[in-house]
Amino acid sequence: MARKVLTLAEVRDGSLRNVSFEAIAAAKTIAEGGEIVSVLVGDQVQAHANELIYRGADRVVVIEHPNLKFYTSDGYSQALKAVIDNEQPEGIVFGHTALGKDLSPKLAIKLDAGLVSDVIAVEEEGGNIVFTRPIYSGKAFEKKIVTDGIIFATVRPNNIAPLERDESRSGSVEALAVEIKDLRAIVKEVVRKTAEGVDLTEAKVIVAGGRGVKSAEGFKPLQELAEVLGGAVGASRGACDAGYCDYSLQIGQTGKVVTPDLYIACGISGAIQHLAGMSNSKVIVAINKDPEANIFKVADYGIVGDLFEVVPLLTEEFKKLKVHS
Amino acid sequence: MNIFVLMKRTFDTEEKISIVNGKINEEGAEFIINPYDEYAIEEAIQVRDKHGGEVTVVTVGSEEAEKELRTALAMGCDKAVLINIDDDVEEQDQYTTAKVLAEYLKDKNPDLILAGNVAIDGGSGQVGPRVAELLGIPYVTTITKLDIADGGNVTVVRDVEGDEEIIETSLPLLVTAQQGLNEPRYPSLPGIMKAKKKPLEELELDDLDLDEDDVEAKTKTIEVLLPPKREAGKILQGDIADQVKELVQLLRSEAKVV
Repeated sequence: MARKVLTLAEVRDGSLRNVSFEAIAAAKTIAEGGEIVSVLVGDQVQAHANELIYRGADRVVVIEHPNLKFYTSDGYSQALKAVIDNEQPEGIVFGHTALGKDLSPKLAIKLDAGLVSDVIAVEEEGGNIVFTRPIYSGKAFEKKIVTDGIIFATVRPNNIAPLERDESRSGSVEALAVEIKDLRAIVKEVVRKTAEGVDLTEAKVIVAGGRGVKSAEGFKPLQELAEVLGGAVGASRGACDAGYCDYSLQIGQTGKVVTPDLYIACGISGAIQHLAGMSNSKVIVAINKDPEANIFKVADYGIVGDLFEVVPLLTEEFKKLKVHS
Repeated sequence: MNIFVLMKRTFDTEEKISIVNGKINEEGAEFIINPYDEYAIEEAIQVRDKHGGEVTVVTVGSEEAEKELRTALAMGCDKAVLINIDDDVEEQDQYTTAKVLAEYLKDKNPDLILAGNVAIDGGSGQVGPRVAELLGIPYVTTITKLDIADGGNVTVVRDVEGDEEIIETSLPLLVTAQQGLNEPRYPSLPGIMKAKKKPLEELELDDLDLDEDDVEAKTKTIEVLLPPKREAGKILQGDIADQVKELVQLLRSEAKVV
């Protein structure tokens, strides 16, 4: 059954987030041959439209308005509702990002629809679109279907492979004028706290520190390693509770759930709550002084040793690798 | 100020998960207040203590949730409401929960509603925003700071993937709590004694003038599975410098991630 499916593209720091392309890939499975319409919302975002076509969108609808410069649930839901009314899609896919998480339930109510959040896989199975999503922070998974109404899902960044980029693809780019008004919550200021713009949930490599890091200063070698690998720094609850770093870095059952290609756990004992947040990473490396630490049970590779000795050596070794390649 | 907290009873974070007959096994498991809802409860109590009013903690759940409601009362909430729809509604999802909560709240004139930003079991994070939209009030999710001025203007700090947004809005409002909002208190002994005498109302679907059809789930879980078991890997041996070299080699040629 061919379905028209709408996806929301997200622009951050002037470029499209990868999850925009992953949403298109998910939409492709849901569409079963139907049309994929990507929606670009913001203030001066039209320049990104063609890239969405190259990545698999058949058409792009652009909604630009000064009131859409910052995300607000009121502003964005007005924009999206207008496209949905126009297009009458049978499926919708957003990224399960801060924006997608905040916006999707509101739209689901406006559409009197269900919503499958935080999806890591989509398949067509016996006539149903089946979504797989983690529950209990990744300690288990559930497969879900939509039983009534529009098929609406948010996809977790880094889990669904984007379609191959194809510059020979073409498609129409249409502007839609929507009046965006009556915003009841207004963004006064954005305070950047993340250092390099590599978002934890989208990072391919994460270097995480636990209590073993011992101080805020102790995170420095981890940051250097993350930098060499183009990754992000994360932390266990222990490190956050001890005040070594901000709670926004916390990985675990409370905190973020991450699935990078490479997770390097430094001085993390591996409490079950932490494992829930990272054990679905592709490859896990553990560095810990205690050979009995739980983290070694889930690690693909382990080094028993002092992180302050091992991590700088690792950074050096990766630097050499970079020079050679 | 008329304050409500939306609470969920969840598995303790220490619990391992097993599956029996295609369902998550709850036998013998410890349950707790969803950790993010604890922040919501703490904030609600602090807002009440500063601005006056009353905090009502509401949950949609089974009878067993009375224990977590009593804990919330012991922390300092004034009243508790348990909406038990298990006998009436077979298929439930976030659509169901939100509709039930909104139906309960719609004639209560809430000034402020607080919830956790996500429950650590289902992990959807939908119910808070859904309820706000059903009630026609604004919401801000994943907040780490809440300031309410006397005129009803509200300044909120929102965590956005590690960055912060300073947001201005007004009451009535729904917010969902992120870690870092506060440090939830433990119930004190006198608090626990007092909690036993505080009102705990039990409601069913009928009491809310809802039919099963009004709240029937829009999605369905067809299978629950455990993640593939991770085998313990290779612990490297030898001199640390050599181990590091070997690790980089393995990541490059065997695991192919760098």
